[in-house]
Amino acid sequence: MNWITNSVLPKIKALVQPREVPENFWTKCPGCGEMIFHRQLEDNLQVCTSCGYHFKLNAKARLKSLFDKDTLTLIELEKQLNSDPLKFRDIKKYSDRLREARTRTSQDDAIVIAEGELNGLEMVAAVFSFEFMGGSMGIAVGNAILKAAELAVSKKAPLIIFPSSGGARMQEGILSLMQLPRTVIATQMVKEAGLPLIVVLTNPTTGGVTASFAMLGDIHIAEPGAIIGFAGQRVITETIREKLPEGFQCAEHLLDHGMVDMVVSRLQIKEKLSSILSILMIPQINK
Amino acid sequence: MFLDFEKQVAEFEGKIEELRHISGDGDTNIATEITKLQIKAERQLKTIYEKLSPWQKVQVARHPNRPHFKEVIKSLFSDFINLAGDRSYGEDKAINAGLARFRNQSVMIIGTEKGNTTQERLETNFGMAMPEGYRKAKRLMEMADRFNLPILTFIDTAGAYPGIGAEERGQAEAIARSIETSLSVNVPIVAVILGEGGSGGAVALATADKVLMLEHSIYSVISPEGCASILWRSSENATNAANALRLTAQDLYSLNIIDSIIKEPLGAAHRDHQTTMTTLGDAIESSLKDLLSNRTKNFRENRRKKFIAMTDNKLI
Ligand SMILES: [Zn+2]
Repeated sequence: MNWITNSVLPKIKALVQPREVPENFWTKCPGCGEMIFHRQLEDNLQVCTSCGYHFKLNAKARLKSLFDKDTLTLIELEKQLNSDPLKFRDIKKYSDRLREARTRTSQDDAIVIAEGELNGLEMVAAVFSFEFMGGSMGIAVGNAILKAAELAVSKKAPLIIFPSSGGARMQEGILSLMQLPRTVIATQMVKEAGLPLIVVLTNPTTGGVTASFAMLGDIHIAEPGAIIGFAGQRVITETIREKLPEGFQCAEHLLDHGMVDMVVSRLQIKEKLSSILSILMIPQINK
Repeated sequence: MFLDFEKQVAEFEGKIEELRHISGDGDTNIATEITKLQIKAERQLKTIYEKLSPWQKVQVARHPNRPHFKEVIKSLFSDFINLAGDRSYGEDKAINAGLARFRNQSVMIIGTEKGNTTQERLETNFGMAMPEGYRKAKRLMEMADRFNLPILTFIDTAGAYPGIGAEERGQAEAIARSIETSLSVNVPIVAVILGEGGSGGAVALATADKVLMLEHSIYSVISPEGCASILWRSSENATNAANALRLTAQDLYSLNIIDSIIKEPLGAAHRDHQTTMTTLGDAIESSLKDLLSNRTKNFRENRRKKFIAMTDNKLI
């Protein structure tokens, strides 16, 4: 699988600073209804300062919150020759949707990968961008996850994936469905190299993403309140014609049903990852 | 049951029935008329089925008389030994599986079942499997690996079941594990899409060395109705979605996602089960022979390479 290694040409990019926001910008918290100062949210990783509600956090802010200062290197993703292989068109052309998303997010697709250190331990991270077409997984995302796995193996570093995705990208039809087996292969590469795969499930993680790599981690951490599941709630309601139970498909509900190891506040995730990795990566018994 | 685009064929066949009803023995005029009508009906059928639109294929793939997995078991396998249960929660009748013999070769077979009668359809959840079904599939794939049995899978499902219990018992995890196991075993896997290949619930059983599709079957990331209601915001655009998704066997073959297309008899599989079964059996035999002739026996490694290379831009 050398093609991935060969194509890894890490280019060091300065981390984009969070953009300036007007000082008078306030957000109403869906959790407690309080008006929170935008700047306050930004300083608190988009977690409500009064009730702990987790807003969505963009990929770059997420990476910045995880890596030790000045250790983060963004990995350039290989450009696809043709990012709209099916010439898909619904009420809008897929190529137009892609262009808009690229302009809006300054990202090529719905995922960012990076390497660096977390409390001094080397790691590779792959972070989804929900703001890029709902974090949907098409060929580019599949390729990125394979590349992240290859990089983790070559660096002998753990791979940590932060999905936030509605599932497979419909506009790539069957090609997006094939990313399920492809990303499962990525998990196998990491595990077979004896390295940890940790999945941090963030809101929302559903569909083809959950039904592939996201449920195959050695350890599953979920952010509070994150919706995690296979089928969408509307599809379930239409099928069973019953009301869904309170808290259905929420992180806490998944914890109760044995699907995740722990629910951890975003503010504590770095420390939690650090404790886990220090045990997994520095074992006491030498083989 | 005729599909709405088969109206003319239905009219011809209705007339044939009528004539048969009124004709006595040796009524040569009527017999000639019937033959003429039969030729017309066949010609019509041929014309229609040669240029089915993607949406029409969706309807053919879902036809209630289309041969189901249990018929495949009866027609192509001897000594079928049904194996039940996931050993942790239950038995899911939407996925049937077991040991069998296929033309003198011992195999493990796994497939989704939609059922024919109302009772069967309820028992199988209309072919939509529960996590237990995928966990049974995983268990039996691992068993096949231990006993060096090729795995044959048959897919005809709208998708995995979307329900409260299914979610709580880890539908996504069960599918992911089934894919993972398919990529771990070192025995050949041949998958056949019989009718509908619906999303994750289908790829869970179709992560194979060879993926074959019946001529009028479909395989898609989402149903055209589901896609239309999300992207067009109205399920009435299912026809457009079916076109855009590229879900026909012919599309998938040209995208290098599947390995071959199995020809169906005139007017599709539901009109002639016997011919369908023979062609299907021959196609499986040839794929299996092809795989078993590989001397290196690196089935797992080759399968992973195949999927890594898949959807590479240079191939599509
Ligand atoms: Zn709040």
